[in-house]
Amino acid sequence: MKSIVCIKRVPDSEARIRIAGDGRSIDPSGVKHVMNPYDEVALEEALRLKEAAGEGSVTVVSVGPEASKEILRTALAMGADEAVLLQCAGSPDGLAIARALAAEIGGRERDLVLFGKQAIDDDNMQVPAMVAELLHLPCATVVVELEIADGHVVARREVEGGHEVIEFDLPAVVSAQKGLNEPRYPSLRGIMAAKKKPLEVKEVELRESKVEILSLEEPPARESGDVVGEGAEAVPELVRRLRERALL
Amino acid sequence: MPQGRVLAFAESRDGALRPVAREAVTAGRELAEALGSPVDAFLLGPPGIAREAAALGAYGADRIFVAENDAFVNYAPDASLRLCAEILGRETYSAIIFPASAQGKDLAPRAAAMLDRGLATEVTGLGAEDGVPVAVRPVYAGKAIARVTFTDLPALISVRPNVFRAEKRPGEGLVESVEVAPEPSSQRVKGIETGERETLDVSEATVVVSGGRGMKGPENWAVLEDLVDALGEHATLGASRAVVDAGWRPHGEQVGQTGKVVSPTLYFAIGISGAIQHLAGMRTAKTIVAINKDPDAPIFQIADLGIVGDLFEVVPALAAEIRRVHAES
Ligand SMILES: Cc1cc2nc3c(=O)[nH]c(=O)nc-3n(C[C@@H](O)[C@H](O)[C@H](O)COP(=O)(O)OP(=O)(O)OC[C@H]3O[C@@H](n4cnc5c(N)ncnc54)[C@H](O)[C@@H]3O)c2cc1C
Ligand SMILES: Cc1cc2nc3c(=O)[nH]c(=O)nc-3n(C[C@H](O)[C@H](O)[C@H](O)COP(=O)(O)OP(=O)(O)OC[C@H]3O[C@@H](n4cnc5c(N)ncnc54)[C@H](O)[C@@H]3O)c2cc1C
Repeated sequence: MKSIVCIKRVPDSEARIRIAGDGRSIDPSGVKHVMNPYDEVALEEALRLKEAAGEGSVTVVSVGPEASKEILRTALAMGADEAVLLQCAGSPDGLAIARALAAEIGGRERDLVLFGKQAIDDDNMQVPAMVAELLHLPCATVVVELEIADGHVVARREVEGGHEVIEFDLPAVVSAQKGLNEPRYPSLRGIMAAKKKPLEVKEVELRESKVEILSLEEPPARESGDVVGEGAEAVPELVRRLRERALL
Repeated sequence: MPQGRVLAFAESRDGALRPVAREAVTAGRELAEALGSPVDAFLLGPPGIAREAAALGAYGADRIFVAENDAFVNYAPDASLRLCAEILGRETYSAIIFPASAQGKDLAPRAAAMLDRGLATEVTGLGAEDGVPVAVRPVYAGKAIARVTFTDLPALISVRPNVFRAEKRPGEGLVESVEVAPEPSSQRVKGIETGERETLDVSEATVVVSGGRGMKGPENWAVLEDLVDALGEHATLGASRAVVDAGWRPHGEQVGQTGKVVSPTLYFAIGISGAIQHLAGMRTAKTIVAINKDPDAPIFQIADLGIVGDLFEVVPALAAEIRRVHAES
């Protein structure tokens, strides 16, 4: 089983987000970055598939700045065999990222291309299905269960009120939802071994963005409201206030 | 740029239009008004869906393109793309609107790659400048709001459920049937497995009752189910990650940064502290009600209304009071 896992470097979910002086991006200073949490799930799935098959490889690919080497090393420490950084500058949109990934992945042997379902910073939830379309591969997004036998895949993806069952043959694209598995932590041995694994850096020219960011603003502050009272005695007042707002 | 029409994807499931279909058409109409152009809709479904499709006229759809086939009882991504391409061959469009539903979030990026156009997802506001759509979308889990525009048209946009409320207007739509083959298709959708009872999804409900670790254990959820029941058919359950991770509730109910993003009219946070990752999923709710025994819980900082107290006393009293006032009116 040969898998390629696409991983993105994102600000930690606890990070305080400050808008930069240009009013169109965020100020990166002092922000701690991590591997996108859904990408850990995707990577874990690839590692388990390789372990179960007893053969194969796991390649991790990231598009981003030099600092993205850090998450690639984490991926190697978790058990990936090799890493590729597509180093770039500029303002890419999802499609530009997808094109860069598709160009790299298209030239490689692979049975499965795995993604996280969504990057927790830009929240676009678009790169995986774009890559699938660009490579003309079958695709299941937001997958919570994956069964693979003899090159045939049965995937269950999260939809409103249930799980959609979708079937296709390898090679294919899958994006991982939480719950698919519980990602492992890198072991000390893994961290040591990672130092000897290949991490290739390629400079890439990204295509111009078709989605242009005009401005970035802080969300309108939500004013803290009223505590109408304490305990069950406060209930009639709460219900009155809700009815006043035509909510009941 | 050439002025075009707006096209909305009207999602169906099991031969019925989904509520987000009407929302996509309503959002499309809002944008079309800003652009000064008409809005059309397209959908796929099993034979008979065309009759339902006509109802979209009341939400502003001028022309409704329908592809009927038994195979379209399930989501059919490849056929949906073929229908979309066929319509784009007939008319000039400035924008294509999808619902940011499970189907829409899967289909819109495929369409963007096929058409080589930009996509803005989970959009919460729409307008136009100089004939080009401008979309507003939360990023960084709602910690910032981006305004984006597009260098090429049509612009692809998916709209967050419950934000653009479906709104009727006088007028009728013209239904046009279009032949689309279900094959070839590289993936086959077999159907949807639902739990014992099909519940309203937390991302689409207009009232959400979410429980957190303060619920103490899964055996206590009857208290929240009873409140949902008192609130009526548009209400459903949600959960914090703490209770999902503990295995008390299914992941499908999780609200937050790594769960679902919801924008209901009314959100109850019960026994939930209000961690930043939880707020990321519900801060755009119209009204937030918090019930928590800790007066310093951060949830009170964003709640519109709150009660400090033991949820096991407050919630049953609340369900009873709601039933009482409903019975009176
Ligand atoms: C300096 C800068 C400027 C930008 N300018 C623009 C702009 O002008 N317009 C605009 O629309 N956006 C812009 N962006 C954001 C844009 O690059 C998004 O990252 C891109 O749209 C992808 O969307 P997403 O990250 O939300 O990915 P999603 O589609 O949510 O990601 C899903 C999955 O795809 C994979 N993936 C995503 N990104 C990568 C990656 N880089 N490498 C490897 N795998 C990946 C991961 O597996 C991830 O879990 C800018 C970002 C930066 C840093
Ligand atoms: C990467 C990442 C992603 C995350 N994503 C999410 C996410 O998507 N969604 C999410 O929810 N969290 C998420 N979290 C977790 C988040 O940080 C919090 O840990 C979680 O939201 C806490 O859940 P809680 O409020 O139920 O529990 P707690 O924080 O333990 O709060 C329980 C509350 O119940 C109250 N309480 C206790 N007993 C009673 C009683 N009898 N009556 C009334 N009140 C009572 C307490 O006062 C307390 O405020 C994420 C964390 C990380 C690091």
